[in-house]
Order: sequence, then structure tokens, then C-alpha cells
Amino acid sequence: MQALYAQLLVGLINGSFYALLSLGLAVIFGMLNIINFAHGALYMMGAFCAYFLLSVAGIGYWPALIIAPIAVGIFGMILERTMLQWLSGLDHLYGLLLTFGLALIIQGVFQNYFGSSGLPYAIPDELKGGMNLGFMFLPIYRGWVVVFSLIVCLLTWYLIERTRLGANLRAATENPTLVRAFGINVPRMITLTYGLGVGLAALAGVLSAPINQVRPLMGADLIIVVFAVVVIGGMGSILGSIITGFALGVIEGLTKYFYPEASNTVVFVLMVLVLLVKPSGLTGRAN
Amino acid sequence: MKNRISAVLFGTALALVAGSSALAQDKTIKIGVLTDNSGLYSDLGGAGSTLAAQMAIEDSGLAAKGWKIGLISADHQNKPDVATNIARQWIDVEKVDIFMDVLNSGVALAVNNLVKEKNSIMINTGAASSDLTNAQCSPNTIHWVYDTYMLANSTGQALVKAGGDTWYFLTADYAFGAALERDTTAVVVKAGGKVLGSVKHPLNSSDFSSFLLQAQASKAKIVGLANAGGDTTNAIKQAAEFGIVSGGQKLAGLLLFITDVHALGLNVAQGLNFTETFYWDLNDGTRAFSKRFSDRAKNKAEPSMVQAGVYSGLIHYFKALEAMGGNPHDGIKVVEKMKSMPTDDPLFGKGTIRADGRKIHPAYLFEVKKPSESKGPWDYYKLIGTTPGEQAFRPLSESACPLVKK
Repeated sequence: MQALYAQLLVGLINGSFYALLSLGLAVIFGMLNIINFAHGALYMMGAFCAYFLLSVAGIGYWPALIIAPIAVGIFGMILERTMLQWLSGLDHLYGLLLTFGLALIIQGVFQNYFGSSGLPYAIPDELKGGMNLGFMFLPIYRGWVVVFSLIVCLLTWYLIERTRLGANLRAATENPTLVRAFGINVPRMITLTYGLGVGLAALAGVLSAPINQVRPLMGADLIIVVFAVVVIGGMGSILGSIITGFALGVIEGLTKYFYPEASNTVVFVLMVLVLLVKPSGLTGRAN
Repeated sequence: MKNRISAVLFGTALALVAGSSALAQDKTIKIGVLTDNSGLYSDLGGAGSTLAAQMAIEDSGLAAKGWKIGLISADHQNKPDVATNIARQWIDVEKVDIFMDVLNSGVALAVNNLVKEKNSIMINTGAASSDLTNAQCSPNTIHWVYDTYMLANSTGQALVKAGGDTWYFLTADYAFGAALERDTTAVVVKAGGKVLGSVKHPLNSSDFSSFLLQAQASKAKIVGLANAGGDTTNAIKQAAEFGIVSGGQKLAGLLLFITDVHALGLNVAQGLNFTETFYWDLNDGTRAFSKRFSDRAKNKAEPSMVQAGVYSGLIHYFKALEAMGGNPHDGIKVVEKMKSMPTDDPLFGKGTIRADGRKIHPAYLFEVKKPSESKGPWDYYKLIGTTPGEQAFRPLSESACPLVKK
């Protein structure tokens, strides 16, 4: 029974990464209608950015939590301005192919320079060590990841669903022409939104750098699972992707305990089941 | 006019001579490096293996003696089906004579069958499964660098002797992991130890916390990592986080490469024990080769034992071809010649190739240095024990290979 609690908690930790990444995807899809396959590569760039800040400039983990998402976010906005914006109004497939190609290029470039084994990044001193919870040894850093990503997820949800800025944004996706008539710069808002989604991916990358090796393929391994999360949660649904992210982390954790061999397929089995029963996802609205 | 006629005649005669000598002595060979160029094992094989092959070709001096040597390389993506497709095309269309590297045990066992069927050659330097020279042995295959039996024998025995008599395995869920766990279990049990359990994880996992918790709950003294590459480095890094080592359990990386230690950094990797058959800083011969290698390698990386094996294997292959004088296309014949000659190169020292295709050389037990002991990048290992070649690998008396006459 103790082991079960431990697996539940571990699942929650992984779930926070799924939630952060799928949230970024949901924001981008919901607001820009782009299926952003470059998300994994941008997540990886966030981790690399933290690594460079530390090894080149001597800037540690805490500033990196802010600098890396902004830097990678700006990179994302450049991508949006120079390439993605030309695809607005076209079929989803075009955006998917473009971002998939971009992901391959970015990963290829990083792999060429840094190899596949990855680079070390240590846990910050303040978060080293762990607590004995009785049923498991919880590394303090993992606890921090859960709390921090939960806060970020809720803030993002609040920003989009409950503020005036978010309302404008949602209106702009519904009817860009009308919103423009109110004097709102819609293209700039779209670019900033893409930057926000990308920044969330980079933030997840920084959070994962001390846990996993900083590797060029770290995002490629994760992105497919995260897409499954988004599909299960309902494409473009903000709250749906947060809840499914955490929930799937837990389900995957339990699978690792009961039948570990299936742990990397269980998410896709669930995806198939959900698509059969409710094609628009658990919280998605049918179009 | 007369001159022109004689020139034509001379030219024809020359062509005839050249043609007939080509018939008598075919001196064309093509080498195929089949490896992981883009995935989790690409640092320990990959482009470095192709570079090692290139260096072996240059150092052999065969080109000056009239040999034509071609070299191609491809990415098998760690998928046996992709690998066999490439291998089939290489043999049928590209006329490849010898396969080098072929890391990943799943891939190696698949290519092993094809190479045998087509009477080609494989010098495997990358895969670990000891089945390649046991139940699955082939007259066309030589297993050059290391195998699961040797790793288990060396690292496993040393750890049990040091008091680690209860084990729990984290095993990569494919042919290699299964073979490594099986061979290590045999060694542990034989030495009086006990295996308390194991958990199989999918290849290329990024999160090991669930598995590590299970290992922690088992209370085993040794947590054996029967995996490789990125899986091992992530598991080691996360084991530190979950307090596995500080809680009194010891990690055994059963297969660790220098590229993994480099990726982990000494802070995390220090104190780990594991076995390799090559280390760049072992002696003058290995240092000289490694210097030339790293000067040309991406990121100035030192060679892994897999890459060193590609060089060493090809050097011996070239020696055998030279002794044969030509006609390198009959795989079984060339491998027989290679088995009949003792091996000797600066990288692995003197050795032999046994009837079952197992290359024999010493195995070295290393310990990773503390950060304070290391003089700089890539200065990572302390040698703490050497097993002579005859004792390092599975004895022929235990072999299930039909090629071994008993």
C-alpha cells in the first residue's frame, strides 16, 4: 500500500511536466490554430538555455527560470513572425508539417554540436536533499516541481479565461476582423501568445534540466505523449489539458508499478478509448 | 601513324593484363559501418565508429598495395527491421563485404542471421548480448569488444566479493537487457549472492523514479542497471536524487561507456565500478591512437571501446586479407583466416579469436575518479582490477555454440 502512495506521488511529478507542456500546446492550438510539433524541440532549447547560462555566464538556476523562457519565447516569436503567420487560415496540416520540420532541424543542429548523451546540470543547492514521508523518500526538488508547475498552470488559466487580456485574445480567435475594428493589434497579440506557449515549454525544459540529462532528443521522446495528453483532454482546452496532464502522469505511474512493460503505451491506449467514446476529447467542445 | 598503332596495341595489352590480374586477384573491398547515428547510442558508436574505420583504412597502407577500399555508413535507428533492410541492400546492391559496429543487441541478432545467410562478415563491436557467440553463434560473425557474460563476470563478481550479496535489477526491456540480467544473475547466484527482484523498463525511458522506488523498497544492497546509454545516465542521475546511494544501497552500472561518464559529470558518477576492455589512458599505445582520434572527432571526444573496437577489428581483418592475397568476398573463408591468426594491436593488446567467434582480450575493472582526482576533461577512470582474457569470457566448455568441437 505504501508503494502505491509513492507511485501516485511520482505520477503527479511526471504529470506536472505533461501539464506544463500540454498547456503550452493547448494555448497555441486554441488561440492560433497551429498544431505545434516544434514544442518538444523548444522544451529542449529551454533546458539547453539553462545549461549555457550556467556554464558560460555563471548564471544559476533561479534566474534561468525567468531568462530561459523569455529567450526561447523570443525565438518562438521570431519563428511565428517569419514563418508561421503565413500559414494562418490554411489547413492544420501545413502548420503541422512546418513545425515538425523545424523540430527536426533544431534537434539536428543541437545533436551535431552536443552529441546524444547530453550534458550535466546539477540540482540547485537550495533544493538538494529529500524528505522521508514515511511511505517514500521525496526529493525536495521533485516536490518543488509539482508545486511550481501547478501555480504556473493556474496562473495561465486565469490569464486566459478570467482577465480582460484573455477575453480580447479569445475574441480575436473567434473573429479577428471585428476585434481589429476595436483598435486592437491582433497580429501582435497572436505573436505574443505564441511566445507565451513557447515560453511555457522552455520553462518545463528548465525544470527538467536537473532531473534528466540535458539532451537534444529529450523533447522528441516526450512530445508524442504530450500530444496524446492534449488529444485526450480536448484540443485547445486550457483547463482540460492541465487536468489530463496531471491525471495521465498518475495513471502512467500506476502502470509502472503494476505492469511496467506497458508504461509507455498506456497513454495511447487511453487516447484510443477516449477518441472512440468522445472524439472531441474529455473537455473539448465538438465543432 | 606507327606510333599511334603501337600506342593502341600497348594500351590494349595493358588493359588485358589489368583485366586478367583483376580476375586472379580481386582486391576490392567495401566496409559498411551500420550503427546508431541519431539516437541514444550515437555518441558511443555513430560517427565516431565511421571515423575509426576511416583511420584503420588509412593506417593499413593497403591502398598503396593496390587494394581498393570503400566505406559507407548508415543509421539503423535501433530498429532491427530498418537494420536488416539496409543490410540486405548493402549486400545485394552495394556489395558490402563486412559489417562493422552494429550496436544494439536486437539489431545485431537480426543482422547476424542475414550475414550468415548471405555469407558476408560481421565484426560486432557494439552489441552486448553474449548470445552472438553462444546459442546464436555463426561462422560469419566475430564478437570483438565485450559481451554480457564478461560484464557480469567481472563487475558482478567484484561487487559480490565486496559484500554486495543481494541484488535488484533495473533492466532495459529488450534482448540486451534480458541477456545482461540473465548473465549477471548467474554470476551473483554462483558467488553466493541472491537476486531479490527486477523491473523491466521500456528502452529510452526518461523517468526512472517509479523503478528506483521499487528498487529502494526491495532493500537490496546492489541496484544493478542492466541498461545502457541515456537510460543508464538518467537512472544514475535520478538515483542520486532519490537518495539510493546515500541510503546505503550501491549502484552497479553493468554497462557504462566513457561517453556516459562524460555526460554525467564526475560529481554524479564518482565511485561507480564497471568494466570495459578499452580506455584511452591505459598505456602509450591507447594514448597515441586516442590522441589522433580525438583530434579528428566531433567535440574532441576520446574514443569509446566500441569505436576502438572498429579500428582494432578492421586492422586484423586487413592483416588476414593481406595474408590471403585477395578475393575477399567469401565471408566464411575470411573469418576462418582471421581466427587462425593471433590478434595484436596497440588498442587491445595481444589476443585471439576463438572458434565460436569470441575475440579474447583482458577486461578491466574501473572506478570513476572523484572530481578532485581528475586532471581534466576525459581523465575519469582508475584501474582497480584486470581479468586475463582466458578468464574474462564464457569458457568454451560451457558454450552452446555448434561451432565449438567438444
